Amino acid sequence: MKLVWSWLSEHVDLTGVTPEHVAERLTVAGLEVDKVERIGDWWDRERLVVGNVLRVLSHPDAERLVLADVDWGAGAPHRVVTGAPNLLAFRDAGDFDKPMKVVFAREGVELYDGHAEGWVKVKLKGRPVRGVMSDAMVCSEKEIGLSEDHDGILILDDDAPVGAPIADVLGDAVLTLELTANYAHASNVVGIAREVAALLDRPFTPPEWRLDDADAVVDASLPAAATWCRVVIDDDEACPRYSARIVTGVDATRPSPAWLQRRLRLSGMRPINAVVDATNYAMLLWGEPLHAFDYDRLKARAVAASGVGASTGDATAASAGAGVVPTITVRRSTPGERMTTLDGIDRALDAGTILITDDAGPIAIAGVMGGAETEVTDATRTILLEAATFHFPSIRRASRDLKLPSESSWRFSRDVPPALIDPGSAVGSRLLAEHAGGRVAPGIVDVHPRPRPAVEVVMPLSEIDRLLGAEIPVADIEAILARLGFTAVVDGDTLAAVVPPHRVDIELPADIVEEIVRVWGLDRLPSVPLADALPAQRENRTQWLEEATRDACVGAGLQEIVSYRMTSVVHEGETVVAGIAGIADDVGAGGDVVDVGDVGGVGHEVGAGGLPAEARYVGIANAISPERSVMRQSMLTGLLDAAAANLRFTDRVALFEVGSTYHWPAGTSPSPSTLPDEPRHVALLLAGPQRADDWRGGEARPMDFYDAKGAVEAVLGALGIDTLHFAPGRHASLHPGRTAVVSAVDADGTPRALGYVGELHPQVRRRWDLPERSIAVADLDLEAIDALAGAIRPIAAFSPYPPVERDLAVLVDEAIPAADVEAAVRAAGGKLLVGVRLFDVYRGPQVGEGRKSLALRLRFQSMDKTLEGASVDRVREQIVRALGKAVGGEVRG
Amino acid sequence: MGSEPIATIARIEMLRREAEVALDAAKGDAALTAWKGEWLGKGGRITSLLRSVGALDAADRPAFGAAVNAASRTLEAAYEAAASSRQADAMASALAAEAIDVTLPGTPPPRGRLHPSTIILRRMLDIFAEMGFQVFLSREVELDDVNFTLLNHPPHHPARDMQDTFYIAGTNEQVLLRTHTSPGQIRAMGAYAPDPIRIVLPGMVYRNEKITPRSEIQFTQVEGLAVGPHITMANLRGTIDGFVHRYYGPNRRTRFRTSYFPFTEPSAEVDVSCGLCDGAGCRLCKDAGWLEILGCGMVHPNVLANGGYDPAVVSGFAFGLGPMRAQMMAHGIDDIRHYWGNDVRFLEQFG
Ligand SMILES: [Zn+2]
Repeated sequence: MKLVWSWLSEHVDLTGVTPEHVAERLTVAGLEVDKVERIGDWWDRERLVVGNVLRVLSHPDAERLVLADVDWGAGAPHRVVTGAPNLLAFRDAGDFDKPMKVVFAREGVELYDGHAEGWVKVKLKGRPVRGVMSDAMVCSEKEIGLSEDHDGILILDDDAPVGAPIADVLGDAVLTLELTANYAHASNVVGIAREVAALLDRPFTPPEWRLDDADAVVDASLPAAATWCRVVIDDDEACPRYSARIVTGVDATRPSPAWLQRRLRLSGMRPINAVVDATNYAMLLWGEPLHAFDYDRLKARAVAASGVGASTGDATAASAGAGVVPTITVRRSTPGERMTTLDGIDRALDAGTILITDDAGPIAIAGVMGGAETEVTDATRTILLEAATFHFPSIRRASRDLKLPSESSWRFSRDVPPALIDPGSAVGSRLLAEHAGGRVAPGIVDVHPRPRPAVEVVMPLSEIDRLLGAEIPVADIEAILARLGFTAVVDGDTLAAVVPPHRVDIELPADIVEEIVRVWGLDRLPSVPLADALPAQRENRTQWLEEATRDACVGAGLQEIVSYRMTSVVHEGETVVAGIAGIADDVGAGGDVVDVGDVGGVGHEVGAGGLPAEARYVGIANAISPERSVMRQSMLTGLLDAAAANLRFTDRVALFEVGSTYHWPAGTSPSPSTLPDEPRHVALLLAGPQRADDWRGGEARPMDFYDAKGAVEAVLGALGIDTLHFAPGRHASLHPGRTAVVSAVDADGTPRALGYVGELHPQVRRRWDLPERSIAVADLDLEAIDALAGAIRPIAAFSPYPPVERDLAVLVDEAIPAADVEAAVRAAGGKLLVGVRLFDVYRGPQVGEGRKSLALRLRFQSMDKTLEGASVDRVREQIVRALGKAVGGEVRG
Repeated sequence: MGSEPIATIARIEMLRREAEVALDAAKGDAALTAWKGEWLGKGGRITSLLRSVGALDAADRPAFGAAVNAASRTLEAAYEAAASSRQADAMASALAAEAIDVTLPGTPPPRGRLHPSTIILRRMLDIFAEMGFQVFLSREVELDDVNFTLLNHPPHHPARDMQDTFYIAGTNEQVLLRTHTSPGQIRAMGAYAPDPIRIVLPGMVYRNEKITPRSEIQFTQVEGLAVGPHITMANLRGTIDGFVHRYYGPNRRTRFRTSYFPFTEPSAEVDVSCGLCDGAGCRLCKDAGWLEILGCGMVHPNVLANGGYDPAVVSGFAFGLGPMRAQMMAHGIDDIRHYWGNDVRFLEQFG
């Protein structure tokens, strides 16, 4: 909403206050002023004045130029050379018989160059133009910076005083307000004037708005409005009040007077003609959007519909169908109804759209746009002027569904109170009469089936202190409410306030409290710390786990990322190896090959083998693009995107992300009342050298499965989960031989799958354009981790006696997992064996094809004495024998 | 044969001096060891003097013995001093040989970091935690009812225009991505009513907007909610001021402006005095002197009632702020798209 300062000043005394001050007051009181623009604050008061063109003469030497004699209030008229087309027409036509007021600029003044691209300021210098001295000029709008218009000179109102500084005539300020949805009452000059008057505590002067039949613009000889048309409201919720006035004899080709055009332009609306401008001006002044129908078209349609006489489509139809009167019916649309709006588009209407119709069908989408057939044209002579109010949520929906936002629908969607119909209709009709040459028919057709009862809020005075924590004197309360137009009565401890009809946002005591405090001064509220007892604090395990997981990942040397939660089915599909459907068939068949999506029943977000389940995607109905059309089911996509982006300029990434994935629960489908699961995950990705390059040399080895596994162990260990099991597994995105299911045993001894760790399948790696080296990833389900994390364990005792170490090189078949060897060692080691560490794996000619040598360092320690070599060697012998039995291990050395 | 004790004692003195001269001349560990053997070892030249004590008169023996012992102790001490000085020299030259260039780069341990959006959330949540506000987590895919209607945004109310919404397919626009953290207010009231509440609701919210340097489709919010029997707007101000003084600094001032949020009444927006110009107006605050930081208000009676509280007896306040916007201003981040771009050259500058 743009507010013109000079217009505002007609309704509230602004003497001694600046636009900036008013902007500040409005902003603090809830009407945020985004900016204050000064119009013409740079204009030279001496050299830029009102001039009156007395006559226009031929230029002796130039066909496209004329000489204009301009009286500028200083003795003899000044002769200027101009090529302005709107003066050329008066060449040698003698002295004007009425004023022709212009912007007169004298030598030395700064102006914008009218011919330059953009805005270039130049100083006006005297120079001869085709032999005639030119040291002054008459200006276009562009030259004084009002608009881009340089097609002709600016013509001022006839009553502009000759010689007065232009700054006093056209200088102004425009305030741009960002109005919140509750301040519909301030979407107009009158509304803001009321607010400003209340804030400055100055009187508010409403504009004259009554229009009775004795008024000069009403032609008593015309038939009353009610004989021209009928109005029927079919649905009084859709339309609580509808009024129509008739203005006849208008000339829609006339322009509005300069002052009115100027106000419209400064208010951000383009002047069109006296008819359109009249409706817009009334709307800007009062906030009541008006619609003008071509009455003769309505009449012709009515005649045609009634079958009386042939419609010729023009005014003669009126006589042809004498006695036929158009009936305006307001109703909601029926299914499948269509209409052609004035922009020429044939539109399908949602059932329930509020329509203005006549005997032949829809003539306007209420509050949104008129119909093509009944719109005002240059030929229009008689206007039916609609002023109405509609069910505002319906208007908002229609304007959004049809994508037809306008000044009018903006106001109607915020509720136009029925009380505004009277001033809106009256002011619009008067302007049509005064500027478009019309005469107003007596009376108004005003159907008001559902009057809005006045709202009265009755509340204890103490409510104000209870909500604010500040005592405001009763006298201030009464004065503030009165200034805002409320009728407020304080009786003992009770405040009764009748809400003025133009306010649609006040219903409850809390609303009254806001009205009081915003004028009294929100900034006068004391700053008081909370004094209520602190509510009982509650355990918040989800939050703890999420943050502890982040800390653990940071401790493991990983960088946190945060990805878009929206992705696409196609993009997530790119994490899956082509033809992966086959994997699901393997599941379970191999015995020890475990499908990641199936372990312990916790992988509830992944389908077979980690394949995202298409039916379980949470889709976005109104996505910004196909790339962001579903909520993610996998954490992998975001990590791979980040890795791909970063590996273009660095060779090492170590990333993690903690966040939700989104899935419709199995067996459900989207519905208006179903909510998806949002399980939280932590996922990580490692690629590149294990550490950054070092000047001391020694190339770091590339990170692989075991680095990711180590990171998983570190993270889960930090969360208190350290009895982990890694079993070979399959995952739709991962290398089939380098994938493990991570699980841990819970307090009941039940193994629970927590997620997976593995290296990216080469095919996926290539599809993501990642470097040809191992990309190790892991994904763990925080809901599963939650069941195990943070358990409090008693500490284990440790021995004061020195340990004894023995190394063991165990030769086993390649197929024997290292974990089995270690388990056999531990089982046989008894309580003296306190540590087993695998420190080398050797394959080669010395151990033979299909075999490997695992080097283990065993640590023995007693809780109650220093161990002797002999007793340690006995245990070692037990272990060696057990290895032979359990894993076919052969110990060398 | 008679002895001459004085001359004998003089001879001890002479030998001692000779030994001292020799010690001075002994350089290196081997020379020192040899010196010790020659003079103080078993059969050394000083030690062996004692063997000649038998040739003396019984009366002279004690004085002679004492003189030999004294010379022996003196030389012993001189030897210890020389030996330890020798060790110090050796250590000094060994250390000098081991000197390194301390300006060579350090070897960094693998370093993890939090994402900037996590860092700023934690910083704010820590401040609120000390003020007694506990974190309450709430879901992101929400019912329209909880995101809007129960928060006093009826269907087709113009207030909904303030938030461009992503709707979930197949739900007839009844399920959506939360547009603010406020639906957590309804969830929290459901969990707490009729007990008093003092919580903060952090998390990701979603808006159907164009992705530009200034706007994103997802961003984080922190929302605060206090509900109880005696909570006033002055308490709201006290709480906000407390936060501002901790987060922005003790000298920053706040300005409360009336505003509109459907779920609070009265509603306000809060500005903090510009840290660069202290209110005078500058480029950072676009000459306003103030920076807008949050929206707040007293919980709307309809919302309290929807949450299971009697608005005639219980009151509350709520506030919501954008941590990323505060962080962008503090760090001069001019493009919000950096946040989810996950370029480590951006991420590594935090934490
Ligand atoms: Zn500033």
